[in-house]
Amino acid sequence: MTSPILEMRSITKTFPGVKALQDVTLSVQRGEIHAICGENGAGKSTLMKVLSGVHPHGTYDGTILFDGEEVRFGSINDSEAKGIVIIHQELALVPFLSVAENIFLGNEQRHGALIDWNRTNAEAAKLLARVGLDENPTTSVGQLGVGKQQLIEIAKALSKEVKLLILDEPTAALNDDDSEHLLALLRQLQGQGITCIMISHKLNEIAEIADSTTIIRDGRTIETLRMKADAVTQDRIIRGMVGRDLEHRYPGRTPAIGEEILRIEDWTVHHPTQPERVVVDRASLEVRAGEIVGIAGLMGAGRTELAMSVFGRSYGSRITGRIFLRGKEIQVRTVSEAIGHGLAYTTEDRKHYGLNLIQDIRTNIASASLHRLSANGFVNGNEEIKVAEGYRRDMNIRTPNVMAQVGKLSGGNQQKVVLSKWIHTNPDVLILDEPTRGIDVGAKYEIYTIINRLADAGKAVIVISSELPELLGICDRIYALSAGRITGQLPSERATQESLMELMTKEREQV
Amino acid sequence: MAAVTTPQRNLSAPPAGPSAVAGLKDLVTRNVRQSGIYIAFVAIIALFAVLTGGLSLSPGNVTNIVLQYSYILILAIGMVIVIIAGHIDLSVGSVVALTGAVSAILVIRGGQPWWVGALAAIAVGLAVGAWQGFWVAYIGIPAFIVTLAGMLLFRGLTQLVLDNISLSPFPSDYGRIAGGFLNGLFGGNGYDVFTVVIAAVALLGYAWSQFRARQARIHYQQTVETMPLFVLKIVVVAAVVMWFAWQLAHSRGLPIVLIILAFLIITYSVVTSRTVFGRHVYAIGGNLPAAQLSGVKVKRINFWIFVNMGFLAALAGIVFSSRSNAAQPGAGNMFELDAIAACFIGGASVSGGIGRVGGAMVGGLIMAVMSNGMQLMGVNQNMQQVVKGLVLLLAVAFDIYNKRRAASAR
Repeated sequence: MTSPILEMRSITKTFPGVKALQDVTLSVQRGEIHAICGENGAGKSTLMKVLSGVHPHGTYDGTILFDGEEVRFGSINDSEAKGIVIIHQELALVPFLSVAENIFLGNEQRHGALIDWNRTNAEAAKLLARVGLDENPTTSVGQLGVGKQQLIEIAKALSKEVKLLILDEPTAALNDDDSEHLLALLRQLQGQGITCIMISHKLNEIAEIADSTTIIRDGRTIETLRMKADAVTQDRIIRGMVGRDLEHRYPGRTPAIGEEILRIEDWTVHHPTQPERVVVDRASLEVRAGEIVGIAGLMGAGRTELAMSVFGRSYGSRITGRIFLRGKEIQVRTVSEAIGHGLAYTTEDRKHYGLNLIQDIRTNIASASLHRLSANGFVNGNEEIKVAEGYRRDMNIRTPNVMAQVGKLSGGNQQKVVLSKWIHTNPDVLILDEPTRGIDVGAKYEIYTIINRLADAGKAVIVISSELPELLGICDRIYALSAGRITGQLPSERATQESLMELMTKEREQV
Repeated sequence: MAAVTTPQRNLSAPPAGPSAVAGLKDLVTRNVRQSGIYIAFVAIIALFAVLTGGLSLSPGNVTNIVLQYSYILILAIGMVIVIIAGHIDLSVGSVVALTGAVSAILVIRGGQPWWVGALAAIAVGLAVGAWQGFWVAYIGIPAFIVTLAGMLLFRGLTQLVLDNISLSPFPSDYGRIAGGFLNGLFGGNGYDVFTVVIAAVALLGYAWSQFRARQARIHYQQTVETMPLFVLKIVVVAAVVMWFAWQLAHSRGLPIVLIILAFLIITYSVVTSRTVFGRHVYAIGGNLPAAQLSGVKVKRINFWIFVNMGFLAALAGIVFSSRSNAAQPGAGNMFELDAIAACFIGGASVSGGIGRVGGAMVGGLIMAVMSNGMQLMGVNQNMQQVVKGLVLLLAVAFDIYNKRRAASAR
């Protein structure tokens, strides 16, 4: 075995009132891909912040050895000078600047006091070739998709002569193709001698790519697994993360399916700014009371667009088609009409579209159902608190009281606030778009339980998800969507990942 | 709904009966964190009281501050709502001029009674608000641009209707709006009993509403401050208000403008904090797409925010023209900046979603007390500008520092 490139010994980091890291040890071998796993709030990000100098030397206890010598970083610049580069989950690119400008931002290729544009663009082109991105360096970053932006971040890291590359949830926002490409690139970089630390929730990717995996739980190192030598499985990682066996990743439920609640017929939606582009093409589907229906589709298949256009025409233009509620046709032209008809929609991006992060839990929960909490235009603040407290207890939102700011909650707790908000509108139909995105394993189980409870209460639930095992685990029936068309539906006992994937890619191959 | 299966952590237990001392300490530290601006306000009052040898707290001067800055405070009420929703309004100074001019033309040139002028000014204010609200809400032009255009547009219209000359003087009953006092109703011995009685009645109302709110909170099983602490809070507020009333009573009595202002402050505090409309304003400023997807009628709310701003700008226009006893082409110049500064000093967030009417009032008063104090001290006009600029910067810096400290202490 080669010598470790990085050793973090007995790292302890305390925030006022909280011990975020306790005696954490991390040893990364030279040239390996090392995954770090743990539930949200376990301390993964804090550990990486200690490593990259965001939390400077002196604010934590313990020692860091990099390349065999002790390092004391006072800032990110210090760690980057040593060749440690961190790529955050929220990409730090300027959308209006070109690819080349972004790559050399803060590290401009100068000729005296002026920027040497020829060299900038030429160097950028070389770096782009290294990451396998076929784009002109002068294209502005905002025109590229998330997957390509991720590659630009890596190119940027390469321009800094990176030795240790840290990726925080690199594939969280990527579709399968882009994820595949990214993972292949990491392997290629590994071949060039670059060591890589990857934080990820996607256990299948970890199982596929990582050489070793360190599991952190409650601010402590639990174990480091040698993936090949120990023949580690996903279940093995989960056991380490939650500290117990999750025998069932999906809670059981006996469906009691009743009459039809919602039916959509011939739903066609055009792109909002390019009206000739068809985004959803003559889609028809129905949901029954007590039924959980899944919508599977690749990124760009039109899942979210379908849901949002149904929910008060929040997306798209030239929308045609008919919506029936309990067999009667309804008009849903605005979000308030949708809420009035008993529809609820939770977005895939809860931070940007679902929650008011600077407000407290109470206000967020009440925000879609103020009409139920007010009389003559006046909000009953006490009733509001009582309602919110009720949801805090029922949903197990982990916070001392409902006056806590939503932006400070973990992803799982934020999602519970979103669900509470919509449950309190007393809907008949809930459309849940990626309800467990960015949520750790334990909280996912809780969200599934809540979804089951909603179905048991006779609600019709539609779940949109890019994780096929999740759809298979919780749904009664699954529609597959491909390029805006519903290409088939399968009852989940007969569906497999393969059969769904076949339907999800059907149209694409024909085109 | 049944509880979910994972183990529950019980964090909901309220702190059981803290001692009055601990409660007081908690109240103070919590309030220092939350209301740095209020403490700064008290410090500034104390500072100028010392610097002017007590002159700044004299009855005549306290009355003067109320009269002199009332129109900025009226503007700041509307402005804080605009800012909470994530907009800005640069046109209010011009609207003050325009509404004052319209009123003056009717009352001075047309010989109409004062209330015809006032109603016309309000009508113009509402029309201006609807105009700007239309462009912001329904066409989607950023408020900065719309109101920058409005600033030029309404200033130009003012100069057109006034033919570039001042109109003055108003008949005396128009002057009473900003210069009038309610006094002498109950007589008094060197001071105005009526003012003191009104203040006392208002305080009783305040105490009663606070008590009712406390009872309601107890009914909903929320934590409330202990009774001694509650009484202490009421007593402190009562002492401050009665002192203020006492000073007014020893000068010229209760200014009519103060009654208008008090009415507006109470009304708009309730509107912003307790109505569905207010909630929607905060929701729009805090996260616009989330508000849209929660069924908030964003366009309609934005429209009415600007109509309301136009209404309050018209009120400020009436008060200002009444106080200056004239309508001038250049009236209200830079008022927008004073009103905006008041909001930011009072803790409103530049990016929207945060702010309070009470905060904006304190922010406005900080500026008022400072300008007034420096005038009393004979500081020259240019220096006053420098100091005001620095205070705006420092006040916001202090606020940010406090918030950061509060955040790291969590």
